[in-house]
Amino acid sequence: MAKHINVALIGNPNTGKTSVFNRLTGLNQKVGNYPGITVEKKQGTCKFGRACKVHILDLPGTYSLNASSLDENVVIELLLNKNDKDFPDVAVVVADVENLKRNLLLFTQIKDLGIPAILAINMSDRMKRKAITLDIPLLEEKLQTKIALISSRKNLGFDYLKELIENYNQLSTKPCLNASRISPEYFDRLRKAFPNQDLYKLWLVITQDVNFGKLDRNELKGVASFQTESVSNLKRLQQKETVARYQFINETLKQTLHIDTANAKDLRSRLDRILTHKVWGYVIFFGILLLIFQAIFDWSAYPMDFIDSTFASLSEWTKNTLPAGDFTNLIAEGIIPGLGGIVIFIPQIAFLFLFISILEETGYMSRVVFLMDRVMRRFGLSGKSVVPLVAGTACAIPAIMATRNIENWKERLITILVTPFTTCSARLPVYLIIIALVIPDTRVLGIFSLQGLTLMFMYILGFGAAIFSAYLLDKILKIRSKSFFVVEMPNYKLPLPKNVIITVVEKTKAFVFGAGKIILAISIILWVMASYGPGNFNDAEEIITNEYASQNLSEEEIEMHIDSYKLEHSYIGRIGHAIEPAVRPLGYDWKIGIAIVSSFAAREVFVGTLATIYSVGSEEEETIKNRMAAEINPVLGGPLFNFASGVSLLLFYAFAMQCMSTLAIVKKETNSWKWPMWQLFVMSAIAYVVALAAYQFLK
Amino acid sequence: MVITIASLKKGQRGIIKEFSIDVVPLKLLEMGCLPGNEVSLVQMAPFNDPLYLNINGSHLAIRKETASKIEIELI
Repeated sequence: MAKHINVALIGNPNTGKTSVFNRLTGLNQKVGNYPGITVEKKQGTCKFGRACKVHILDLPGTYSLNASSLDENVVIELLLNKNDKDFPDVAVVVADVENLKRNLLLFTQIKDLGIPAILAINMSDRMKRKAITLDIPLLEEKLQTKIALISSRKNLGFDYLKELIENYNQLSTKPCLNASRISPEYFDRLRKAFPNQDLYKLWLVITQDVNFGKLDRNELKGVASFQTESVSNLKRLQQKETVARYQFINETLKQTLHIDTANAKDLRSRLDRILTHKVWGYVIFFGILLLIFQAIFDWSAYPMDFIDSTFASLSEWTKNTLPAGDFTNLIAEGIIPGLGGIVIFIPQIAFLFLFISILEETGYMSRVVFLMDRVMRRFGLSGKSVVPLVAGTACAIPAIMATRNIENWKERLITILVTPFTTCSARLPVYLIIIALVIPDTRVLGIFSLQGLTLMFMYILGFGAAIFSAYLLDKILKIRSKSFFVVEMPNYKLPLPKNVIITVVEKTKAFVFGAGKIILAISIILWVMASYGPGNFNDAEEIITNEYASQNLSEEEIEMHIDSYKLEHSYIGRIGHAIEPAVRPLGYDWKIGIAIVSSFAAREVFVGTLATIYSVGSEEEETIKNRMAAEINPVLGGPLFNFASGVSLLLFYAFAMQCMSTLAIVKKETNSWKWPMWQLFVMSAIAYVVALAAYQFLK
Repeated sequence: MVITIASLKKGQRGIIKEFSIDVVPLKLLEMGCLPGNEVSLVQMAPFNDPLYLNINGSHLAIRKETASKIEIELI
């Protein structure tokens, strides 16, 4: 029978844990969520020979087992629950050779839980450069473990690591240090109250503010309420525990680790001198942002044009090949354009995540946090809000999840509330198509495209709106919470292509299969609603033929009149007409009105909706953009998408809260409907007023 | 005058004195900010806040507010 081993990868952030995971599993991995919470669960499998199958769980990075966030709770909940199906047979603790001292703190805690633990010292390829020498055999003896010196960058040491995993039952489960010595008296009492339990485990259950719902209730009944010490005394004991651990670690490393500082080459300080410089730091940061926007707008245009035309001809081909009828129409006019509306985002999303993951991998993101903290704090945010706000340019959902490492609740709440203002990738197609329609394709100063600059302005507007509303919220919200902020400044690293590619693929997939499903469903619903209608709809042919009978029109012209009559009297046409009075002051007609309403499912539906509506209205095969350019304003005449209505639409999309999924995630993260509802109403009201003012002023 | 981490100048070093757990969060302790450990100022952000420190070999950034609560002895 094949041996099955459960492995948990544990480690501090920035130790290259995920690259170790990628090395071990290859692309054999699956990303999901832990049940009931939105913490990402990464797991994978690999085979060691034929007889041994290994299941690897990549736990969220944590500095210790004293959890202070949801992500860290996941780690401790799993390690304390022997009945969990993912409970590890062996823990692989990943450490960075340059930060061994700090990384070993977590290792000693895991050892003390009695879980067999292997220490994988990563980035060992840097030892020579940093003049670090390690006495591995002595360190193994002191820590009562086996050590694998690995390098995920150079792919070194993984065979030995696998060998250690396979033979995990030979590992010692003795603790590194006796935690109970921090207060023998207290731990004595604990031992007496719960004679059959592991003391360190009890101690963790008592000191953690974790929901141990999944733990065996009978086994640990009453532990959490075992309060013989005051909270501040427990805190003092936790401090003592940390001090004791560091003492142990310092003594151990004194004998086993040697760093020749004279020979160490220090790239970090040289780079930091420039990248965190008071002037150059900002110049470089904004330069990088500019580059990202250039990539999203300019470089991705080529694959996007290709996708656009491919789907257009595919739709045409389907229509000509399959037998005519409702089913063919559904495929050619509903499903294919709907799919096209999803696929077309892939280049941009991929570019964005390419940059974000490179920035994170290199360690540059932490420098941005450091540079921006003081500035952001002025607006009630934290330097750590920069990451969500930047990630918000992809999608507000992961961005709002990324606020979890902001320690201060008020700063975190404000970040969550304002993040949806940043220009997410779903707004991008709307912006792109409208900018292409109403902003002339000229160059400024001979180099910058005016359209590109407009797009950059839209991004700045989004950030501006976020920052300004944060400032107001900081004044309005009366929440007192302890301010505290600590960021690790990791070493600079060259990004590993494999990690970057996996991130890009994963995020793109998440978009296509997550948001994509909604977009496709809505496209189909819209098509059905546009293709069928009540009452007069079914007599369209007769009515039009009679009406134009005297005018001697060609068959084609009559056909066009019939189609437009049908659209107007379809279900969707009726809804559109009903809301037209509300959107006309903003410069929109009923078709745009429908596109806006359907955008509440997801903004990117806008383009797809117009595509569906227009392709229903026209037999000729044209790209969406050309079709939109040809639309005539029914009241005023002239193009419907002119400068005034275009700007009004851009502004509406910049400010409106039009995303059900974001509302759902805000509800989850704030644990209340109050905040998402607040976002929905306030943001939409701002959007309406601003778009109204813009149109009336520019008209 | 009380000397704290916040009074360090760029490149200066100090040894962290005993402090009360009530003013310093546990997380910072776990990252190496412990009495007896060496701390040096690597870099200051614009407006002199936050501070980029090397504590016990760990590179961390903390706000001036927290730094001003941790007393040190200059070396």
